[in-house]
Amino acid sequence: MGNILECHNVTKRYGGKTALDNLSVVVKSGRITGLLGPNGSGKTTLIKIISGILCANAGEVFADGHKIGTESKKIVSYLPERPYFSPGMKVSETIQFFKDFYEDFSEDVAVNMLRTLDIRPEAKIRTLSKGNREKVQLILVMSRKAKLYLLDEPMGGVDPAARDFILKTILTSYNENAGIIISTHLISDVEKVLDDVIFLKNGTVVLHKSVDVIRSEEQKSIDALFREVFAC
Amino acid sequence: MEWRFSNEAPIYQQIMEQIKAMIATGVLTSGDKLPSVRELAVEAGVNPNTMQKALSELEREGLLCSKRTSGRFVTDNPKNADILQEAMVMECVKTFIENMAKLGYTISDCIKIIEKYEKDALTVTKDRES
Repeated sequence: MGNILECHNVTKRYGGKTALDNLSVVVKSGRITGLLGPNGSGKTTLIKIISGILCANAGEVFADGHKIGTESKKIVSYLPERPYFSPGMKVSETIQFFKDFYEDFSEDVAVNMLRTLDIRPEAKIRTLSKGNREKVQLILVMSRKAKLYLLDEPMGGVDPAARDFILKTILTSYNENAGIIISTHLISDVEKVLDDVIFLKNGTVVLHKSVDVIRSEEQKSIDALFREVFAC
Repeated sequence: MEWRFSNEAPIYQQIMEQIKAMIATGVLTSGDKLPSVRELAVEAGVNPNTMQKALSELEREGLLCSKRTSGRFVTDNPKNADILQEAMVMECVKTFIENMAKLGYTISDCIKIIEKYEKDALTVTKDRES
């Protein structure tokens, strides 16, 4: 399997603050990777650089062999921390929006998933609950046939049942040749679906291993290991 | 099927254990067809790669077999259930004996305690009935 993501010596500074510090990481396709780290460790910054929203100060990033730019954006599907649709838009309009923007978007897939959730296409985003807004955004992102999915806190602020739905959506809709990177604090909820984890600390990778290996070597869950590594 | 996972062992090993338990207790029997990897993965809420790994390992152990076009089956060998069941029973006994040993009881103590437990349980039921 090829590398779906390569980051070489990536550095990003915000003024005097270094968010990513000479970070290098390679992720293979066909795997679901958890991007874990305490607040301010650089998770969102890294995801934004891969999706092309931020530019690194130094270093190179390739998604499926493409340097970050127009070509990489065609194959990267990004779920931001917060839904970005205007409250006045209807759900059906957000679908049209995605259809216009992305060649790989499947309207049928999105409409079907919305139907199973009883979210009406004519509903305005404003009228949806917080959980449903997040679900709509996730459904749109996962309805693209992308090669790399970047999910930044896909389950922030939704109830446990909704989290299960979100994980199920992720599991059913990704294809085996794609890669998924999930950043989250809700480790115990996601660790069952992860192949690998990346621990970030102060903008560098401190651990990148398979979940199976960690569990058999350490005899503990990723959640427990995280609490140990990042104990305050 | 209901799936439960603990925190310590790798998930694929826990899946293997649970499928073995299903074979041992007859929830799955010889010749049964298993759902697809993806269906099972979604049902258990685990990564498809993890489910694949568990099923391949079980195949390697000879408990499952795959037929090229029609899917994956429980191997047609009625002895498997007995062997698995015996292994699980021995595992339960081993855990019990080990825990009792930590409390300072020998195996012969355990046997007496079990007999007493059985008698007490009987009297309790009789009391309830009367």
